[in-house]
Amino acid sequence: MDPTPAASLSAHNLACERGDRLLFRRLSFTLSRAQLLLVQGGNGQGKTSLLRLLTGLGRPDEGEVRWSGESIARCRDRYHRDMAHLGHANGIKDELNPLENLRFHAVLRDRPFEPGQAVATLRRLGLSRCLDLPCRALSFGQRRRVALAALLLGGASLWVLDEPLTGLDVNAIALVEDLIREHLHAGGMVVATTHQAMNLEGVDVQRLVVGPAPVRSAESH
Amino acid sequence: MTYSAWWWAQRQSAPQKATDMVHFFSGVVLRDLTLAARRRGDWLTALFFFVMVTSLFPLSVGPEPELLQRIGPGVLWVAATLASLLSLSRLFEDDHRDGSLEQMVLSPLSTVVLVLGKATAHWLVYGIPLLLVAPLLGIQFNLPWEAIAVLVLSLLLGTPILSLLGAVGAALTLGLRGGGVLLTLLILPLYTPALIFGTGAVDGVMAGTGAEAHLSLLGAFLLVTSLVAPWVAAASLRVALE
Amino acid sequence: MNFFQYASPSTFYHLAGKCIPWTGWTAGILAVVGLYVGFFVAPTDFQQGEAYRIIFIHVPAAWMGMLIYLAMAFWAAVGLALNARLPFMMMRALAPTGAMLTFVSLWTGAVWGKPMWGTWWVWDARLTSTLILLFLYIGTMALWSAIEDVRRSDRAGALLTLIGVVNVPIILFSVVWWNTLHQGSTVGVTHAPKMEATMLQGLLIMTAAAWLYAITATLVRVRRIILERERKTQWVNHLLSQES
Repeated sequence: MDPTPAASLSAHNLACERGDRLLFRRLSFTLSRAQLLLVQGGNGQGKTSLLRLLTGLGRPDEGEVRWSGESIARCRDRYHRDMAHLGHANGIKDELNPLENLRFHAVLRDRPFEPGQAVATLRRLGLSRCLDLPCRALSFGQRRRVALAALLLGGASLWVLDEPLTGLDVNAIALVEDLIREHLHAGGMVVATTHQAMNLEGVDVQRLVVGPAPVRSAESH
Repeated sequence: MTYSAWWWAQRQSAPQKATDMVHFFSGVVLRDLTLAARRRGDWLTALFFFVMVTSLFPLSVGPEPELLQRIGPGVLWVAATLASLLSLSRLFEDDHRDGSLEQMVLSPLSTVVLVLGKATAHWLVYGIPLLLVAPLLGIQFNLPWEAIAVLVLSLLLGTPILSLLGAVGAALTLGLRGGGVLLTLLILPLYTPALIFGTGAVDGVMAGTGAEAHLSLLGAFLLVTSLVAPWVAAASLRVALE
Repeated sequence: MNFFQYASPSTFYHLAGKCIPWTGWTAGILAVVGLYVGFFVAPTDFQQGEAYRIIFIHVPAAWMGMLIYLAMAFWAAVGLALNARLPFMMMRALAPTGAMLTFVSLWTGAVWGKPMWGTWWVWDARLTSTLILLFLYIGTMALWSAIEDVRRSDRAGALLTLIGVVNVPIILFSVVWWNTLHQGSTVGVTHAPKMEATMLQGLLIMTAAAWLYAITATLVRVRRIILERERKTQWVNHLLSQES
């Protein structure tokens, strides 16, 4: 069951300017199935900007991002079907409870919503006691986990995660690392930024350091 | 079935276009309605604004019935416009703040449908109450029953136009300081035809010349706006999120 | 001729620099001639006396205000379609001139109104739609100044201009409609005096002058914008160090 063996995310000569500052240029990499791209760099050096370029929310000043060889500007809808993004903000409405949030995310991702599957996922993420509470009543870590549940149910093969471990306790961090590992083993791809150490045993990792030019391009580990 | 096998299976299902769009549209509308219901207060504030502003006019121009009848349609239309504009700057703001807007724009489904859904939900929550209260205010301004009926009908056509144009304004001014005032500045000139046709319809009925011409022009304007505004608003959203 | 060669800011900068003296001087000469024709040669109007002569400024200004908005919309569309910088710079350079000419046409309309009908302002179709056009200009410029990021600012303003230009015919139609309903101000600046040949000539000359003036002002402004936006490039640094 391997629908898209050729699926890959590639960046070609990306350049990004913010205001007057050139954040990076000539940034290129290729990411294939079952690989994790770890984006590192100091604060404000352009990690989040790079991720925004990869999701298609931002437009690069130079270069392009390609999904399976095709520029994402041209196959936007198809790309968004296969890509899920988790940013600093959770994308979760405080007034709705976790299940309602997941139902809407299913609508957004154009997928059928199965309450049973959703509840099982929430339970797996340790939210079994929070199913009926509005997300306003949950802690930051719990809300993050609702967002992760949405990620899991989203059916995307590429995950773009911006600081996924921020604000999580030790158990939750281990859980996230497990989920990432599982996703990669099933043939998915992950791009993640983090300034925390991640336990990435058994995972094929590329590291990319983003900083002022010259950019060191990706090296595999 | 393992989780990974399950989600590979999910990815196989191919979407059908039209029903998906309708499903997406109704999903967005229902979500916004639910959120509005749980926030309570909001829609009432705009309604009270409408009532209070219209009540200021008899106080400032005097209570002569003929004068009030003369200015009534205009006052009610302008007040309804301002009341709607109050709430429009928040159309995308809340979703922008908690990251939901980005998730919605990153959906594989059309952003145009998204914008249409949000504008429709806005109209249902903020526009419809104005229509329901307008007859009472019409009585305050001594308008005859036929005029009140046409007033409600004209607002029925006009408030969706405002929600649609307001969506464009809200997208353009997303996250800007002073966004609400700027939005009003941008949208009001574009809205003047609706104002003219809407009040013209009520005046026409009171003068005995009939309202059909005005109402059909208003309807045509609504049609044109609903064809142009969602696209411009969707493009503006993308520009604002870059 | 390779049109896209002119799409490079540096090439355009120098080209514009060459054009400006020509358009500027021609505009000046035409303006002098036009005003002479308008104020001295054209005969006194039967109905309105001498005061009607203000139309030689009022009408060209009104036409140019309208035309410039259309030009802005054109550059907005080009900029969005090609995703290039120069069209957006042209669009932004046009706006202040357009706004100023629209304001001049409103002001001269008022100056005309006072001796004619005793009021400084009259709600006739043309003045009212010119006022709304001024609001559109101001709104667009306000949006530009409210957004710090240049790229977002350009594109947002372009989108606003495009939806504005679609609405402009509707606005004009609705204002004329409104005006015919409310018969109170039938006598307005729309009822220009019957055109004698010299009056028409004067009007056309002044319109050409206004058009060339608008081009000159826009080119001057776009050069300034180019310098500001491209200040990090080599050719600008070279240019500025030469001049100092």
